Amino acid sequence: MKKDSGRPGQSRRQVLVAGAALAASVSSVRAETFSGKLPWTPGATSAPQPIDTSTWHFFTADEAASVQALVDRLIPPDPETAGGKDSGCAAFIDGQLAGPYGSAKGLYMEGPFQAGTPQQGPQDPATPAELYRAALKSLDDYCHANFDGKAFAELEVADQDALLAGFDGGAIALDGVDAKLFFELLLQNTMEGFFSDPLYGGNRDMAGWKMIGFPGSRYDYREYVEQHNRMLDLPPVSIRSKL
Amino acid sequence: MGGTLPSTDVVIIGLGWTGAILAEQLTKAGLNVIAIERGPWRDTSTDFPTTYAQDELRYGIRLDLFQRPAQDTLTFRNNVNQTALPIRQFGSFIPGNGVGGAGVHWNGQVWRFLPSDFTARSHIEQRYGKSFLAPDVTIQDWGVTYDDLEPYYDKFDKLCGISGKAGNLKGQIQSGGNPFEGPRSNEFPTPPMRQTYAPTLFAQAASAMGYHPFPQPSANISQAYTNTLGVRMGPCSYCGFCERFGCGNYSKASAQTTVLPALFRRTNFTARTNSEVLKIELTGDGKRATGVTYADANGEVWEQPAELVLVCSFSFNCVRMLLLSNIGQPYDPASGTGVVGRNYAYQTTSGANLFFDDKVFNPFIGAGALGMVIDDFNGDNFDHGKLGFGGGASISTIITNGRPILYRPVPPGTPRWGAAWKSATRDNYQRVMPIAAQGSSYSQRGAYLDLDPTYKDPRGRPLLRMTFDFHPNDIKMSAYVTDRIGEIAQSLNPRQVVSAPRTGPYSVVPYQSTHNTGGAAMGVDPKTSVVNRYLQSWDVSNVFVLGASVFPQNAGYNPTGTVGALAFWAADAIVNQYLKNPGPLMHA
Repeated sequence: MKKDSGRPGQSRRQVLVAGAALAASVSSVRAETFSGKLPWTPGATSAPQPIDTSTWHFFTADEAASVQALVDRLIPPDPETAGGKDSGCAAFIDGQLAGPYGSAKGLYMEGPFQAGTPQQGPQDPATPAELYRAALKSLDDYCHANFDGKAFAELEVADQDALLAGFDGGAIALDGVDAKLFFELLLQNTMEGFFSDPLYGGNRDMAGWKMIGFPGSRYDYREYVEQHNRMLDLPPVSIRSKL
Repeated sequence: MGGTLPSTDVVIIGLGWTGAILAEQLTKAGLNVIAIERGPWRDTSTDFPTTYAQDELRYGIRLDLFQRPAQDTLTFRNNVNQTALPIRQFGSFIPGNGVGGAGVHWNGQVWRFLPSDFTARSHIEQRYGKSFLAPDVTIQDWGVTYDDLEPYYDKFDKLCGISGKAGNLKGQIQSGGNPFEGPRSNEFPTPPMRQTYAPTLFAQAASAMGYHPFPQPSANISQAYTNTLGVRMGPCSYCGFCERFGCGNYSKASAQTTVLPALFRRTNFTARTNSEVLKIELTGDGKRATGVTYADANGEVWEQPAELVLVCSFSFNCVRMLLLSNIGQPYDPASGTGVVGRNYAYQTTSGANLFFDDKVFNPFIGAGALGMVIDDFNGDNFDHGKLGFGGGASISTIITNGRPILYRPVPPGTPRWGAAWKSATRDNYQRVMPIAAQGSSYSQRGAYLDLDPTYKDPRGRPLLRMTFDFHPNDIKMSAYVTDRIGEIAQSLNPRQVVSAPRTGPYSVVPYQSTHNTGGAAMGVDPKTSVVNRYLQSWDVSNVFVLGASVFPQNAGYNPTGTVGALAFWAADAIVNQYLKNPGPLMHA
């Protein structure tokens, strides 16, 4: 095999560990030339790295408390299934915002920025991390001003729900932030956390998958294809158990 | 740094499906071929192994295998009166990236277009009269017929080991297959996939109504297969991670699983990855390509001289490459003249969800091409005389997956969060089946691609600009076929049917289809086509354009089968005609 320039000395896996690149990793960016046989480098796979949920990577302690409360109202706990908080949705969002997703890496972020039609898609210059930081600050200010100096996490559940409904429907505005835009992003990220593989910090104990009966990353259903109209009750499998 | 490299016979821009097929065919003919791919090297064992290929967040949501908008995207507007804005994150369509291209992450639904699709305009005018189509509809004949392409469809089927049941063998209608398809010279290489509950119910209902259900022809193959290049594939495990994912089981046909293991053994083939072609270089008179310039990952620019340049990237990127290289006259919608960027078309999708109380569907048992289809309302398989539109759709229940970040059906009116959302999600996940229509897309005078005047890529080159909305013809078509879906759905007596015909305006936000076609249409008249019937540029005869950008309009099917057939067709023309006498293969 001819190679103009080899892969870097470190394997991609090592780079990922060092750089905590998490999902959406960009593979080795060396131009390479291959001829004569299939290129293959041992250990070159870019396996995902489970997130360390013992600490916050992006949120401050106050921000984390707010997000824990927010995700627990979007997905409230019930007797059968954990809510957003205990299923790790905040830890998931924290990990995402600390990584390439939070900085909008890979998205087209060149100007000029201008508002378009809904059909033209999002045109906001803020990255997800910037939007969360600003919105959580404004949410804090709003709650302090309107609820006797309390933070969102300290409010009654009914007040929390009313606030969320206000952001969702556009009835309540936040200072300096598009509250509706933030709500949509928060809802999307919360659902991602509840239903993604547990290796990203959410869906703890595969609670989201068990709730609906999704068996996760099983890779072979051949023996079940023709078992029609039957609950299979297959225990879910996480990628984490296979790495 | 950089410089001029030693000349080669053929340079291929983009090592996806068509690049791999052309490289294989031309190296077999003895030519030296260099493929230049702007994305990374990718292979099954290193990039989508069974340990972690089934990661919905990474691949399905964060789109790890796809083109990064930061690297290259499009701008979009619905019509010429708007200012186009950049698509900052992909939504409605998601172009591929890297070795294997969109063939890595496709669903594997493999179709042959109908014989009448290839003669779309002449067929319709003959049957319904010249005034049947709206004056701004610009559909046209392809310049090739189904019979021309049949041997090449057959080659692609055998390359991929496609699973299915023939409906027309050499003119004899076969039970269990699609009776509307053009005649096949051979049965499918492997038998159809086994069906889960939802497609089985759909087929029963369709049959009871007098329609003709058949198994979706599938590149997620039903049993082990050794292909025409000696490459071995494994049986599909129905894992439900096809579209947006690489296949860890060597079961989904792709360049990786069907071509590259054989191609890479040949010493007259070279691939350069993470290297982006900037433009095709021309002689001073603009009549001949001398090669390409490309930038490697360090930004160093190299000139790669070549006798033949094959443009094999995704449809948008082919059109943009022609525009950036000044090959062919850009299309002007005001005058209707010019050809490059003309006849951009898409796919008009719609469907219905059927909610049941007493059925269990296990939607996670899926595959990209697992399902049952009827073709009774596709193309011109039904009488359009009194309907006021042309075209149609394949109607199907195909169970690709039950991946829960994106697939969580709930009845309309369900809140999007909170306790009511949670219980509805829990109660409905197992109890919904879809019926979908994949409809044709008519090219029209106002839908086109050109270079954006404002927005640039990181190398300072203009982004491609898309101007597109659904034509009223296609909105009418969608309403009609979605009504037919509703009738089939009601016959199954669900608790509720939720139908969604396609309505305008077109939006780039919700995912619809990555079947973007046209912009470099093929044909026999250089006034209305960019390439001739052999996919050779009318203007620069040593440039060929491959892929769906050559479709003059799109049919009610997935494009890859036809893309594959056209790749073998063009390769045959290059090897058996062009090489013997390099120059234009057709004269206007």
